[in-house]
Amino acid sequence: MTGPASGPVPNSRAAGAAFIFKKSLISALVALVLFSLMIGIRTEAGSTGQLIYWTRLPELATMVLTVFFGSIVIELLRQWWGPVTTIRIVPKPIARGLAVARRGVAPVLLIFTFLVPVIFYNQRYILDLGILVLTYVMLGWGLNVVVGLAGLLDLGYVAFYAVGAYSYALLATNFGLSFWICLPLAGILAALWGVMLGFPVLRLRGDYLAIVTLAFGEIIRLVIINWQSLTGGPNGVSGIPRPSLFGIPLTPGDDGLAARLGIEFSPTHRIVFLFYLILALALLTNWVTIRLRRLPIGRAWEALREDEVACRALGINTTTTKLTAFATGAMFGGFAGAFFATRQGFISPESFTFQESALVLAIVVLGGMGSQLGVALAALAMIGGFELFRGFDQYRMLVFGIAMVLLMIWRPRGLIGHRAPTIFLRHSQAISSDLVKEGAG
Amino acid sequence: MSSSVPILAVDHLMMRFGGIIAVNDLSFSVERRQITALIGPNGAGKTTVFNCITGFYKPTAGAIRLIQDDGSEMQLQRLNDFRISKLAKVARTFQNIRLFPGMTALENLMVAQHNALMRASGLTLLGLIGAPSWRRAEVRAVDLAKLWLDRVGLLDRADEAAGNLAYGDQRRLEIARAMCTEPALLCLDEPAAGLNARESAGLSELLLSIRADHATSILLIEHDMSVVMEISDRIVVMDYGVKIAEGSPQSVRDDPKVIAAYLGADENEAVAVMETGT
Repeated sequence: MTGPASGPVPNSRAAGAAFIFKKSLISALVALVLFSLMIGIRTEAGSTGQLIYWTRLPELATMVLTVFFGSIVIELLRQWWGPVTTIRIVPKPIARGLAVARRGVAPVLLIFTFLVPVIFYNQRYILDLGILVLTYVMLGWGLNVVVGLAGLLDLGYVAFYAVGAYSYALLATNFGLSFWICLPLAGILAALWGVMLGFPVLRLRGDYLAIVTLAFGEIIRLVIINWQSLTGGPNGVSGIPRPSLFGIPLTPGDDGLAARLGIEFSPTHRIVFLFYLILALALLTNWVTIRLRRLPIGRAWEALREDEVACRALGINTTTTKLTAFATGAMFGGFAGAFFATRQGFISPESFTFQESALVLAIVVLGGMGSQLGVALAALAMIGGFELFRGFDQYRMLVFGIAMVLLMIWRPRGLIGHRAPTIFLRHSQAISSDLVKEGAG
Repeated sequence: MSSSVPILAVDHLMMRFGGIIAVNDLSFSVERRQITALIGPNGAGKTTVFNCITGFYKPTAGAIRLIQDDGSEMQLQRLNDFRISKLAKVARTFQNIRLFPGMTALENLMVAQHNALMRASGLTLLGLIGAPSWRRAEVRAVDLAKLWLDRVGLLDRADEAAGNLAYGDQRRLEIARAMCTEPALLCLDEPAAGLNARESAGLSELLLSIRADHATSILLIEHDMSVVMEISDRIVVMDYGVKIAEGSPQSVRDDPKVIAAYLGADENEAVAVMETGT
């Protein structure tokens, strides 16, 4: 440890070489203990079932040394960077440029999204990925109403996705109803289930609410698996009709769209159509949410997230306010579910596991709770980024997990960490996320 | 309606928490368009009375009647908390400020007008399509919010997050938010707590102007005697859950029971203290 006289000590966080060495040594020791069993010894069952094991000391040593030098580097980086709360003064022109860039992100992203089918017309893979990303953008925006605005932690959002998907699948296969009739029906049914979930959990807050919504998601999935006569159980529902463009099917037949327009049929037409369909649905979700935020109901949702007791003192019926949040979020989930069913043509309970709920929630949290642009960026990063890491093969999950951890350290309140006011007198000032509450249930 | 009819009548109110009786057989009334102060040492049960009036607690026994301008009565102990604000028009502030910190001052005041705006937005449907009637209602709501921001001196800070405002500003914003619900009775729980002398004087002025300009009666809990004595028309004194005195500021100030409660001495000693003091 260097004394105050022996060198400049800018602040208490900057410590001497001895401190760093000690810290790295401890990290290396922890790594040694952990990895000695995980990496140091490899076991395998022999041909007769006996245990064969051999040691892998070079690998172990590499790992421990990596941790040792890695923690030295991290500690040095941390000293160079200064305490986390340090406010960095950015030169004015750069700050102004950043502000302009930030404002431009949303329009540029939107225009690019519109052009994706034109640019990547011949790349089926990119179009499919685009559809997938947009589906999650829509789900994220839907869940954002519940989690981001109303501050109600919902771990069972996939239930409404499933209700929407099965509503369309069953109505279309059993009664032959078209997609455009089933779409609102799927939304309404999902909203009804949202209210049904809402009622019993109204009194619950925080962790307890999360557990009940988690259970609700599982209940829906288990009912779908076991109610064989209606849902087909684990076999799912197949032969779900494809959507038509206002009654004109996108098929190679004489009454198909291609034949009517007098162009050559291509299966890509349907993909492009699906792309614009989910884009329209997602933009509808976005538009309604932005609109609702500026209406009394949306402000009441945000007020509920900030302070429920104060809401009650102001005469706001917190019961109906929470239920409308659940119903609205569920409705968008239902729309997305109906789209999912018509796109896949086949659905089974396997598509509606807890992992989906967790993924959508991660998108909302990562995006910055309550921020529409943040959710869209997070969906792009999560779904698109996951595809990007395909090259890492078996380390895909690992790399992805590390990327997420780093992102949350760097931006604990999500990509877009500030809240935009819904109304202003003179000028709109973004509100720092330190002030915005996350909601207690 | 003659002004002699009180706006709020608390009759034989009792609140029991397990074995503890926080409020016992308390009766008092709040006169119409007057400022009534509820004072007493710490733990006397003042905030419990407030929570009973505003519906956050259900009283164990007794009645709380709100007499409206047309003479009709509402039994507040039978209403849910949010209905007390919505139907009976009783607004309150909190001892520890409860603003919506992540929303701007203006947004806080818009949330306060939730019920009126919900009706105007046709339960959201008219608002969603942007009907002209909704737009007019929103402009009116912003005007009301601006009026109150101006009254509490926060018009310049309308677009700032409530959580970023100075402590005294937050106190005043909370009163403005309560007034935006257009209440018949305004209940203030220690509005001067944590304010300096100048801010306290400003608060007194604000409360007096509310009494003068609006059909709002005020009930307040307060420890700052300079505020209480200056603005109250009547004072109710509580100690250990019961009322020990009631009357004009002057009569309460000279009541030996009150002095005993505040000094922690028994009654005779207090009288002795007073006599030697004067």
